[in-house]
Amino acid sequence: MSDILSILPQQLVFGIALGTVYGLLALGYTMVYGVLFMINFAHGEIFMIGAYVGWGLLTILLDAQLGGLHPLWVLPVLLLPAMLFSGGLGVALERFAYRPLYARGATRLGPLISAVGASIFLQNAVMLTQGARMKVYMTNFLFPPTWRFNLFGASISALLVVMVGVATAMMWGLNTLVQRTRLGRAIRAVAEDREMAAAMGVDVGKVISATFFLGSALAGAAGVLIGLYYTQIDFVMGYSAGLKAFTAAVLGGIGNIRGAMLGGLLLGVIESLAVSFINPAFKDVVVFAVLILTLVFRPEGLLGERLADWKKV
Amino acid sequence: MLKLDEVVTYYGPVKALKGVSLEINAGEIVCLLGGNASGKSTTMKTILGLVRPRSGTVSFEGQRIDGLRTGDIVRRGISLVPEARRVFGRMTVWENLTMGAYSRYGAPPAELEHDIERVYGLFDRLRERATQYAGTLSGGEQQMLAIGRALMARPRLLLMDEPSMGLAPALVDQVFDIIQTINNQGTTILVVEQNAAVALSIAHRGYVLQNGSIVLHDNAAALLKTDSIRRAYLGED
Repeated sequence: MSDILSILPQQLVFGIALGTVYGLLALGYTMVYGVLFMINFAHGEIFMIGAYVGWGLLTILLDAQLGGLHPLWVLPVLLLPAMLFSGGLGVALERFAYRPLYARGATRLGPLISAVGASIFLQNAVMLTQGARMKVYMTNFLFPPTWRFNLFGASISALLVVMVGVATAMMWGLNTLVQRTRLGRAIRAVAEDREMAAAMGVDVGKVISATFFLGSALAGAAGVLIGLYYTQIDFVMGYSAGLKAFTAAVLGGIGNIRGAMLGGLLLGVIESLAVSFINPAFKDVVVFAVLILTLVFRPEGLLGERLADWKKV
Repeated sequence: MLKLDEVVTYYGPVKALKGVSLEINAGEIVCLLGGNASGKSTTMKTILGLVRPRSGTVSFEGQRIDGLRTGDIVRRGISLVPEARRVFGRMTVWENLTMGAYSRYGAPPAELEHDIERVYGLFDRLRERATQYAGTLSGGEQQMLAIGRALMARPRLLLMDEPSMGLAPALVDQVFDIIQTINNQGTTILVVEQNAAVALSIAHRGYVLQNGSIVLHDNAAALLKTDSIRRAYLGED
């Protein structure tokens, strides 16, 4: 018992760090669902490709032997291009793989199947161009293992602080954008009543593109952070991470932005505790048990609204 | 001001408008009457570019607007108060009004502030509820918000789809008073109504739509005396 208590703080710290990144990834699912009522099953691959962009840039920087690689400037150099590339990829995916279907009046199933296809396509495209072997993030050159401190019996590395800091800042930024700006209001209007948004003069196609860009850019950033954290990436990493973030989005209430953040955080902590207190091999079992339990007992999620309630208003 | 010429619009596979022609002059209140599924709402959506006509033309102030994007049509001065209000329930009253001015991108904030004040002046209740979610408003308040939201686009032509639907009789009178006020302030109005008696009492002219075609067209006073109108819309035998 004392063993368990002694590792609890450490596991909580890991869980929170992982959870904020899941939250970042879950936002993409929830935003796209908000405007299109579809689950973008290729979102995990956009995350994976973000991780590859960050890895490529870090490798170039290390090969250039610039000497001191301080994370203060290296991190933005990894994150920004990864976010732009992933964001652009998300926009292209919607434009060429989903829009032709729903614009011609396909049911929700059409784009969903197209998303599964896009997911397989992107995995294989990365495998063929980058090889099937895993790539190594040289995280130690950026965050030396000695950069850490102790808090309540947990050893907290600089990388964990950066992960939580970057992910939280991005979630705060997105929340502000959606709540306070003209684009954010347009996104919410399209999510609530697409035809009325159009009647106000909102260009619905552009708003959908912007939504995909934002969600995908956050996924790109999450890819870089996860790459730095696990130090190894491969072309199938998006599959399980994507499903977990989807679970987080459902847990928080799909379509609800704050729900995605909360769901991500909870799921990260649950996963981390399952690793130490049950068995690492049961990690994914626990995560998907959460998905099933949510769907059975609270399908609208923790912060979600029951659709039926809204129809009554 | 607005002219529809032989407009044919399909709604999916259904031919909803079968060659509709009508004309609205600046300063008028024109009433469009018709039963369910006669094509009234489709006429409004076609004018605003939410659905595209298959053939025929829509002109506004002498220029063709069919084929323009809705945003550009709103910018030229046409806005809609939709059927069943359809305010954004998960946005505040203030945000709904801001959405109404969406097409006025780049307008000085002071100008928007002035217009919001104008709406609050027309509808006192909205000022009290500015930070409340629109979904929590009563039906009458939502109707006021829907009108205020449309006014935020600074329309010269206001399209109103069934503004009296689902409102208590006292509120219906209030809404039609406001329609008249808006008209007196210089906005031309096309109003679709089931409540023909009230609508014709404030309208200058009226059209009657049946199965996607205009079957009758006259000034309001004459329509009120027409037998078929009295039978179909005023509940007299």
